[in-house]
Amino acid sequence: MNTARKKISKNHTSTQNPCKLCSPLGASLVIRGISGAVPLLHGSQGCSTYIRRYLISHFKEPIDIASSNFGEDTAIFGGGANIKIALENIIAQYQPEMIGVATTCLSETIGDDVNMFIYEFLKQRKEIPTPPIVHISTPSYSGTHITGFHRANLEIVKTLAAEKTTTRKDHINVFAGMLSTADLRYLKEIFTDFDLKHMLLPDYSQTMDGTLWQQYQKIPAGGTTIDQIKDAGNASASLQMGRILNSESESAAKYLNETFDVPSYELGLPIGIKETDRLFEALEEISGKPTPQKYVEERGRLVDAYVDGHKYVNGLKAALYGEEDLVAGLASFLSEIGIVPVLCASGGESGRLESTLNEIMDKNISEKMKILEGMDFKNIEAEVESMSLELFIGNSKGYSVTRRKEIPLVRAGFPIHDRIGGQRILHVGYRGAQNLFDQIANTILDQRQKTSDIGYSYM
Amino acid sequence: MASTANADIADKHLLDGKDPEKIKQEMLRDYPPKIARKRAKQIVINKVDKDQNVPEISSNVRTIPGLIGQRGCCYAGCKGVVLGPTRDIINITHGPIGCGFYSWLTRRNQTDASTSEDGHNFMPYCFSTDMQDKEIIFGGEKKLEQAIQEAYDNFHPKAIAVFATCPVGLIGDDIHAVSRKMKARLGINVFGFSCEGYKGVSQSAGHHIANNGIFKNVIGNDDTVREGEFKLNLLGEYNIGGDAFEIERIFEKCGITLVSTFSGNSSIDDFANAHTADLNLIMCHRSINYVAEMMETKFGLPWIKVNFIGAQATAKSLRKIAQYFEDPKLTEKVEAVIAGEMPEIENALQMIRPRTKGKRAMMFVGGSRAHHYQELFTEMGMETLSAGYEFGHRDDYEGRKVLPDIKVDADSRNIEELEISPDQDRFKPRKSSEELKKLMEDGLAFSEYDGMMTEMKTGSMIIDDLTQHEADKLIESFKPDIFCAGIKEKYAVQKHGIPMKQLHSYDYGGPYAGFVGAINFYKDIERMVNSRIWGFLKAPWEKNPELAANYVFDE
Repeated sequence: MNTARKKISKNHTSTQNPCKLCSPLGASLVIRGISGAVPLLHGSQGCSTYIRRYLISHFKEPIDIASSNFGEDTAIFGGGANIKIALENIIAQYQPEMIGVATTCLSETIGDDVNMFIYEFLKQRKEIPTPPIVHISTPSYSGTHITGFHRANLEIVKTLAAEKTTTRKDHINVFAGMLSTADLRYLKEIFTDFDLKHMLLPDYSQTMDGTLWQQYQKIPAGGTTIDQIKDAGNASASLQMGRILNSESESAAKYLNETFDVPSYELGLPIGIKETDRLFEALEEISGKPTPQKYVEERGRLVDAYVDGHKYVNGLKAALYGEEDLVAGLASFLSEIGIVPVLCASGGESGRLESTLNEIMDKNISEKMKILEGMDFKNIEAEVESMSLELFIGNSKGYSVTRRKEIPLVRAGFPIHDRIGGQRILHVGYRGAQNLFDQIANTILDQRQKTSDIGYSYM
Repeated sequence: MASTANADIADKHLLDGKDPEKIKQEMLRDYPPKIARKRAKQIVINKVDKDQNVPEISSNVRTIPGLIGQRGCCYAGCKGVVLGPTRDIINITHGPIGCGFYSWLTRRNQTDASTSEDGHNFMPYCFSTDMQDKEIIFGGEKKLEQAIQEAYDNFHPKAIAVFATCPVGLIGDDIHAVSRKMKARLGINVFGFSCEGYKGVSQSAGHHIANNGIFKNVIGNDDTVREGEFKLNLLGEYNIGGDAFEIERIFEKCGITLVSTFSGNSSIDDFANAHTADLNLIMCHRSINYVAEMMETKFGLPWIKVNFIGAQATAKSLRKIAQYFEDPKLTEKVEAVIAGEMPEIENALQMIRPRTKGKRAMMFVGGSRAHHYQELFTEMGMETLSAGYEFGHRDDYEGRKVLPDIKVDADSRNIEELEISPDQDRFKPRKSSEELKKLMEDGLAFSEYDGMMTEMKTGSMIIDDLTQHEADKLIESFKPDIFCAGIKEKYAVQKHGIPMKQLHSYDYGGPYAGFVGAINFYKDIERMVNSRIWGFLKAPWEKNPELAANYVFDE
């Protein structure tokens, strides 16, 4: 599965209006999805401030990310002393259940041995209760925010799921990727309806999209518990979602499979009917139960909606952009409803987006598609110049291109900071497809009403 | 500072009916002793004596690792704050992708490109060298050179600026050498800023580096003297939410010529020409005072501190300008403009004041906003209980008179201080020393800023580099009617059930400067402090009022 990395480079060297974020952001998000956990970025304080402000502008929730606050001397002499002070202060203020230490380009460039710092710190505190500390290497000059996200999942599982303790096998592990909080809630609902106990890692559905509080909380309630993660090696199966992720040589599900023999179901992101069907097939197989009637009906309603609306969307051309697995999922969904994603672009550079899309798309559609990795919005804008498009689908960062091109944008993915509710857009499952389908069809109808001389209000 | 037990009873000042000293101790209780001692010097109960002296506050010191603060880095101050709002310089971030992405049009600076002949506006763009492992190992100068070339080929800008991020300083890329080389090759102004994120203790270091860079590379490049009788520069106004547009409107009405603004709604052409103006006005003292000082030394134009946040403050600032130019025509015009604007201000205040009077505010932003916005709240009859800066220095709190007493630590020493001397041909004092002396006797203060604390009540809590923990304690203790800060604090404050106003981005609002801005602000704040949504919340103290009493009286 792990194909050789093919470098598809853009037509210029520098990056103009990037279509990717940096690796420590992904790791920070994962840590915020673990119950009682606090992220610590090992580097200059700007990294934690920038990443906080970016995550906050999307999730609209308080997000604390600590920093080891490098100064000029720290950059020269190393961050050992700072990381120790930072860890002590975090423990004193937050009494966390876990601290995730993600590195930055600063500490990575000077070559700080963070594992040794943590080892020393834990050794000094042998007598004092200390939460687990997980080190995640996230130099931002390597990969994207998704790299950091998956790397964090892997390191957390590696550090915490230390041994196979029972032969219970009464639960599943789920690595669902960087989805919205609504997606995570919906997935948990599905597993619960299959009577499957589950460990969803990470689960920021509550920590990053909480209710109003009666009492102020230092660390918002919710998230995957440490005990659940410790138990991951005892699961009956792991579900890992994301075809690009699955083709990586290392991943959390692969690790659990190799180390503890936990069978791994490698699926695509369940966006659209086809990929969601595969998820339900897997769940039927793991649980030994048929798909609950509720989802049979959801699927039925979705197909009914496809029938009702197909004539408005069929044959349209769209441009898709965002992280690679999201693009793959959305492309699969669009092809079901007859929209041709003539441009599929990502800032990621796994080298496998094209082969992945060719695998899941019908050939008659995929041959009309241009699939580009390592893209920025300058490239995307140049590429769509010659395409007559009806629609863009992606995050807020594509807005200015769509504004210049006067093409509507249906928002999906991350980051969405020019709308309310960007954090709870539902993408996955039958219900997510229903949501996306309605959004897309209505965006097209709205566009037609706006550009019509008459302005029909009856379909 | 005396503890409560030793304090003279007559000397004890309550804040909103509570003992601020006790609340300070509560805040510090959760810190390890060493950290509590350090923070104690940054949390000060204000006391203004009859000579306008205030207590010393520790500031511009490093944030302690692991405390969640709100500060940004040197790069953020340089690229994001000072250079970000200039529309026609292409800013290239030399580093991995994150820094460029996170500073990409996130500050809501506005600009009007139609006033430039070429119409250039690069603010909606993010240019980055997007460094990869390869460049970290083998160096990134070639890629930077290529990025500059591409930016030039695509846009033909007048100028390109390069900003270094953390790894650049470590791997030793010489951005200045690359800039010089490309300047020679392209024939346009190309210059670099060594603003690696680990320098200094906050974005403040980046401001200083930005000031130095603009001064060295841009100011004085164009000696054309523009038309206009009363020519000035406005420094430290960044046109968030259109503030600069409103100030420009007022200046135009008064017949004042604005040569340049650093750097809201600005063009590099204006910077090049700034030294031909006759007066510098400083809004945000922290971020820009260096340029004013250097311009005065090299070219001879003095600076005065102004504030266009608040209707009264705006009127006062306009009168200072008129006083400086000593021209009856200007004075008359300024007075007419103020008289023309005030009735609407009064109308607006009459409508909102009954609903805002007596409400209490807190604000923790920037290096000037936490001071300036108190003016607007005062006009609305609201009291500021507590305030502080994210990255201010002692002079921003206590006034420039403490400058000689400020100890320069290693972090500040590492930021270059330019040696400036008067320009042989172009130094021209705008006023003779007699004229200056006369103006000063008449109350116009040059090169002077009294700081925030002298204008705040005795007993109010001044907190530098507020941590998340302290913010929570403050809110629990006082339950202010409004809390002003930035996006990072916004949702935490709202979870407490307290309305929160962003004073960095204005929550899509603004302008708040000048006369029109003041009215916008009154209305926005009135809506917020009286919003009905808060009725749906049940905050802990509402549910359990005796809990609040315990906070103050136990111990």
